Amino acid sequence: MQKQKLVVVGNGMAGIRTVEELLKLAPDLYDVTVFGAEPHPNYNRILLSPVLAGEMTLADIVLNDLDWYKDNGITLHTSKKVVKVDRIARKVIAEDSTGATMEAGYDRLLLATGSVPFMLPVPGNDLPGVIAYRDIADTEVMIATALTHKHAVVIGGGLLGLEAANGLKLRGMDVTVVHIGEWIMERQLDKPSADMLQASLESKGLKFLLGKQTEMLTANAEGRVCSIRFKDGAEIPADLVVMAAGIRPNSALAEASGLHCQRGVVVSDTLQTFDPRIYAVGECAAHRGIAYGLVAPLFEQAKVCANHLAQMGISRYQGSVTSTKLKVTGVDVFSAGNFTGGDGTEDIILHDKNGGIYKRLVIENDRLVGAVLYGDTGDGGWYFQLLKEGRDVGSIRDHLMFGDAFTNNHVGDVGHAGNSKAAAMADEAEVCGCNGVCKGTIVKAIREQGLFTLDDVRKHTKASSSCGSCTGLVEQILASTVGGAYQATDRTTKPMCGCTALTHGEVRAEIRGQKLLSLDDVFATLAWHTPDGCATCRPALNYYLISTWPHEAKDDPQSRFINERAHANIQKDGTYSVVPRMWGGLTTPDELRRIANVAEKYHIPTVKVTGGQRIDLLGVKKEDLPAVWKDLDMPSGHAYGKSIRTVKTCVGTEHCRFGTQQSMSMGVALEKMLFGMWSPHKVKLAVSGCPRNCSEAGIKDVGVIGVDSGWELYVAGNGGIKTEVAEFLCKVTTREEVLEYSAAFLQIYREEGWYLERTVHYVQRVGLDYVKQRVVTDADNRKALHQRLLYALQGVVDPWRERLPGEGLPQLAAEFTPLPVPVETI
Amino acid sequence: MSTWHKVCRLEEIPLRGSRVVPHDEVSIAVFRTADDEVFALRDACPHKAGPLSQGIVHGHRVTCPLHGWNIELSSGEACAPDEGSTVTYPARVENGVVLLAL
Ligand SMILES: Cc1cc2nc3c(=O)[nH]c(=O)nc-3n(C[C@H](O)[C@H](O)[C@H](O)COP(=O)(O)OP(=O)(O)OC[C@H]3O[C@@H](n4cnc5c(N)ncnc54)[C@H](O)[C@@H]3O)c2cc1C
Ligand code: HEM
Ligand code: SF4
Ligand code: FES
Repeated sequence: MQKQKLVVVGNGMAGIRTVEELLKLAPDLYDVTVFGAEPHPNYNRILLSPVLAGEMTLADIVLNDLDWYKDNGITLHTSKKVVKVDRIARKVIAEDSTGATMEAGYDRLLLATGSVPFMLPVPGNDLPGVIAYRDIADTEVMIATALTHKHAVVIGGGLLGLEAANGLKLRGMDVTVVHIGEWIMERQLDKPSADMLQASLESKGLKFLLGKQTEMLTANAEGRVCSIRFKDGAEIPADLVVMAAGIRPNSALAEASGLHCQRGVVVSDTLQTFDPRIYAVGECAAHRGIAYGLVAPLFEQAKVCANHLAQMGISRYQGSVTSTKLKVTGVDVFSAGNFTGGDGTEDIILHDKNGGIYKRLVIENDRLVGAVLYGDTGDGGWYFQLLKEGRDVGSIRDHLMFGDAFTNNHVGDVGHAGNSKAAAMADEAEVCGCNGVCKGTIVKAIREQGLFTLDDVRKHTKASSSCGSCTGLVEQILASTVGGAYQATDRTTKPMCGCTALTHGEVRAEIRGQKLLSLDDVFATLAWHTPDGCATCRPALNYYLISTWPHEAKDDPQSRFINERAHANIQKDGTYSVVPRMWGGLTTPDELRRIANVAEKYHIPTVKVTGGQRIDLLGVKKEDLPAVWKDLDMPSGHAYGKSIRTVKTCVGTEHCRFGTQQSMSMGVALEKMLFGMWSPHKVKLAVSGCPRNCSEAGIKDVGVIGVDSGWELYVAGNGGIKTEVAEFLCKVTTREEVLEYSAAFLQIYREEGWYLERTVHYVQRVGLDYVKQRVVTDADNRKALHQRLLYALQGVVDPWRERLPGEGLPQLAAEFTPLPVPVETI
Repeated sequence: MSTWHKVCRLEEIPLRGSRVVPHDEVSIAVFRTADDEVFALRDACPHKAGPLSQGIVHGHRVTCPLHGWNIELSSGEACAPDEGSTVTYPARVENGVVLLAL
């Protein structure tokens, strides 16, 4: 089949991002031709400010180098401006600076022409020395002018103007910002925060003239701009005038071709213009009346547009909520949503003038609708998330102002030396304690590699890719480095991995809805991009299959992590550790004797008591595992699985003088009920016999605490990276109820949790109220959940027993037996 | 000069799996991919010598069980952003028998 022709007009951030997304979905569908008026390959426009400020070079900000176009078979015409679209003949006509023209036919056309800067209509606005701030050429003029001239005037005290002014000042010019409004950045800041910002910029040497209207720009003898005059008669010298008074969608080309335009090229939710063969994305497009001027929404548009260009036709763009961050090093400003308030809104304000901190949160009907932060923007990402999700903040209102860490009690986070504010960290400070990545390395990678998302940063620097406790810090660093271009990650809308566009939730729903029973079913039905997935999706899919269709879906050992395949924990030297099960942490002299014998017989170097009240034999050779299990003659402790791990118990009334309930036997009963249960992540329980809580049930996935009148159940605690205190679920009276409620809670987590999501994260995602409703209030549902768990666990066999030497299933033995020494063929 | 050695029958290696072949100091991991191709690599990850034979096989790659590096089976090279490589050995299947050049 002949490939269709896609022509892209505009070699900028939105156009090329769309092409990138398209190549991911349908690499072979189109012959792609790109026209760009600039002489450069696609670069990261938002980083022009650091370039101007001397923090980066132009070479650093290229996003797609020329090889990228070549490797992907894309024809790139730089320095060629498209001057006409012939919609009847379906071709575009482009012109270079000499006036020479060329044509290209299209089946689909993508307009991504960006914006044009608004030049104040005053006399002299076309003099040499008067420029806008939009592209590399402008930036180069500014850098060159700073070497030869003294006085710079920036017209416009918005984001762009302030970044330009800051850069020119750092390049040694004497800079005045002229602004027509009463305060600077009035579209992002209220007056108090703007005043603080202005004061801080003034202390860096910038000058401000507010409420000034420009009348004209005057020229010197050589015809170059030399001063600026205002309507009130004042006049100041100006060797360089930068117009940063706003941008207009660049829709001239579209208008000339008869496409409907109204403050931008009008597009539908599929990013189609009124000619269905023509799409538009980026700053030139007007979607539901809005033309966005920040990168994040453009990237969302690119994704949707690519989906339709790829003829998948399953997504809609419904508009974006944007947030802003000023990229002036050393100044922290954040704003999002409706920050000025109005009828029906209330403000929560914190204003510490001397401390240089101002925070204003705007609330309407118990939802956060706007936020302005100055001086301390560490929580910007969190507020923005609350705002976008429209979460009910009624219950956390008292704490809202004090931020995420305080409200959500992240006090237990470990692994980054207690740092919670990225801005305050030095470049050498370690951010990721697992992989030893410091702040400077992350900032450098974000800038030089053109990274925009948490995943990008993980891939390129390894930061936050292991335990994840530093994720919040990395997000802050991203936000302050790329400004509004940063898109907070969010597992709800993020694809599972690079092999699919579907989210965890969507994949689960499809597996249930279409009754998919094997990995190959999933790959085929859900159009996986890779033939057999990757190490991220395969274990997740395998879990979803077996948990959704117990006894029907086939477990695939090759899609399990080695620990679950070998039923032991791999250690750093390739040996394994073996933890036999001791129900409720109880053992016998006989078991201990066998453990001791095994340790000696197999020369096991280390024997250790674990945190979960078990005994761990470390340093076992893989070949020895089946024999070790046989000699132990105890069931698998599952210390290696995303599964039920242990139920810790205290001694309880069986011996303890304080006890109110029999915690040991309760723990044993729970552990026996749950034996062999696979789950999205590991599951740990504990049972205490009284509120002294010696088994530490408060930090367990399910914690059971005996009281005089029965049992209290706590759920979703966690003692790991983030210490999370379990939440009270309900109180029950009998042992049978303890079993039923615990089982129901774990089953709902098994059915709805995402792979590698601990109970605490699952409950945070769906809300404790929901869980209570489904597990406590709705008795029928609870009983059904309980039954489904029992059904799934019916006939569970001890995995060690299945693999005993000589007795186990022969096909499972291969895992532990090396092949013979190869023999030479003749 | 290396010569071809007989290792095992193809079906003795699980699909998307591997088996370990003893060899000198460090064993060799012989992989079988979903399309029934075989590859042989020194069973030591270029990162910290993790046993690649214990990893998850996907496409023509294996993910190391210790810290998740992805290794290209045909070349032994680590995939970006990681850098390093491990020794590969020529391997092929003939009449259902896996052969390894040593
Ligand atoms: C200095 C600066 C700092 C910024 N900082 C931030 C920030 O911190 N955060 C943020 O989110 N956003 C920021 N932005 C805005 C962001 O850069 C833009 O939103 C984004 O680049 C728009 O992408 P686009 O593809 O729509 O347009 P562009 O990236 O402008 O691309 C359009 C391209 O099309 C070309 N073109 C136009 N017409 C034609 C034609 N007829 N034929 C051929 N080519 C044509 C243009 O030359 C241009 O190269 C900043 C912008 C600037 C200038
Ligand atoms: C005679 C009837 C119709 C004609 C001639 C027609 C024509 C078209 C054309 C030309 C396109 C652009 C396709 C492209 O981009 O290649 C389109 C897109 C589309 N049409 Fe229709 N259409 C018709 C009926 C319908 C109906 C009845 C529906 C919905 C109920 C519909 C829904 C859509 C949608 C959602 C798109 C956008 C698809 C995408 O971009 O992925 N159309 N149609
Ligand atoms: S929790 Fe209570 S019952 Fe259990 S050991 Fe401690 S004091 Fe005794
Ligand atoms: S040893 Fe292989 S990833 Fe570390």
